[in-house]
Amino acid sequence: MSLEQFKDRNVTQNYKFIPVDKPPVAPLDKFKQALKRTFKGELFVGLWVVFREMVRFNIHTVQYPKEKLPISPRYRAVHKLYRLLESGYERCIGCGLCEKICIANCIRMDTRYDENQRKEVTEYTINLGRCIFCGYCAEVCPELAIVHGGRYENASEQRAHFVLRDDILTPLDFLKEGKQEEFPGFGAVSPNADERIKKTPLAY
Amino acid sequence: MTMTEFVISTIVKILVVLGIFSALAGFGTYLERKVLAFMQRRLGPMHVGPYGLLQVLADGIKLFTKEDIVPQNSIRPIFMIAPVIGAATAFIALAAVPLFPEFEIFGITVHPIISDVNVGVLFVLGVMASGLYAPLLAGMASANKWGLLGAARTVIQLLSYEVVTGLSIMAPLMMVGSLSLIDINNYQSGGIGDWIVWSQPVAFVLFLIAGFAETNRTPFDLLEHEAEIVSGYATEYSGMRWGMFFIGEYTNMITMAFLASIIFLGGFNDLGFIPGGLAIVLKVSFLFFFFLWTRAAWPHIRPDQLMWLCWKVLLPLAVINVVITGLVLMI
Repeated sequence: MSLEQFKDRNVTQNYKFIPVDKPPVAPLDKFKQALKRTFKGELFVGLWVVFREMVRFNIHTVQYPKEKLPISPRYRAVHKLYRLLESGYERCIGCGLCEKICIANCIRMDTRYDENQRKEVTEYTINLGRCIFCGYCAEVCPELAIVHGGRYENASEQRAHFVLRDDILTPLDFLKEGKQEEFPGFGAVSPNADERIKKTPLAY
Repeated sequence: MTMTEFVISTIVKILVVLGIFSALAGFGTYLERKVLAFMQRRLGPMHVGPYGLLQVLADGIKLFTKEDIVPQNSIRPIFMIAPVIGAATAFIALAAVPLFPEFEIFGITVHPIISDVNVGVLFVLGVMASGLYAPLLAGMASANKWGLLGAARTVIQLLSYEVVTGLSIMAPLMMVGSLSLIDINNYQSGGIGDWIVWSQPVAFVLFLIAGFAETNRTPFDLLEHEAEIVSGYATEYSGMRWGMFFIGEYTNMITMAFLASIIFLGGFNDLGFIPGGLAIVLKVSFLFFFFLWTRAAWPHIRPDQLMWLCWKVLLPLAVINVVITGLVLMI
């Protein structure tokens, strides 16, 4: 589907106008209408429709705590912090972009230089009480270190549980079992990213 | 039968009827929620007990343990007694309804009717009609505008439809020549062909419509129409007092179903190979299901349409029906 199709504003809408009769005024017409409606059997159509649905037993209820609907990979729920697959180090390089771009001001991080003069993140918290789940942090992260996960059940007894680094960082044993899946959703590079790369125009 | 035997058997019958029918009224709420849910592609109560069967129990515990709130400006004694009237009249009406054919147990012949009044129909309808005092008093005593509106609607609705009920069963009563429900039942003892519904179809439809209105069921569910008047007369009620209104309502539904099946659908006569006791249970269950079915299918009507229907359509029809029946009986 090309873009031109969407730019065309001269679309003919296929509206179908249903003729609605004017309400009767004369007493005889009113009487006729009442009589027609009485014997037309529309009420029985209604009865039949609901009975049919009962017999078909095509139930749409999702019994929520026991059953859950799948959510899209682009869903923006509680964040995750990822580790590097080979070394198990944190991906986060402490650049602070997420903290800077966060429009709800809910990310706080502390960093220091470690013995190799690399940035190390000492503290990382996201105040989920303030977070509006806009996804800017995941989008701006250059390392795909912070992403949005699919955990949307956030009930807790204490506000302090929302949310410390340890809760969202991939556990090491989890990583070793190869369960950290590469993130296809919000902020991730698209599958065809390589094709879309263009050379920086340097002509001017 | 000696006096003592009579007193004891009557008390036993009263206790059995009270127990079974208050349980049935509770179970009716469960059935209603399930049937409505299935018709709307939902599951209904599922969590309490297997398939939500214990939901009634949970609701009962909740209603019993809730705080009994009496609003500040309400008229306290009337506010407190109104729901009792609702439940009591519903059960009193059952006193003159023959529930089953006679049967023998431990060598004693049991007449499953608490009191065989010879004006049974009049008694049942009269007591059910006096049940209108429950919503009326409740709405007027609860110092609430919605309650007052609900009470006003109760009066217009129940009084109007009482007329239709009376007139519609007039024609069958003229054919039978007795007001006793047992006589009416025995009149139709010759199989399906003898059912009064075949000779009086108009009366049957009118009686059903009026029954819906009197038991405050959906097409005429205006007394507590949430979208318009919050909860009508029951707005200020909570806990068991609120629950009593609904026990009354569901008992009334069952009574109506019994009346319709005894007067029009052959009552508890044997139906082919089906014994009479089972036959009437089937009929009553179907009519009860019909109450729920219409609730899922049909919309409410407006109060003015309600009055229009009653006085301009149903009442003339009922009168014409009575006249024609009279003419036919005379010839």
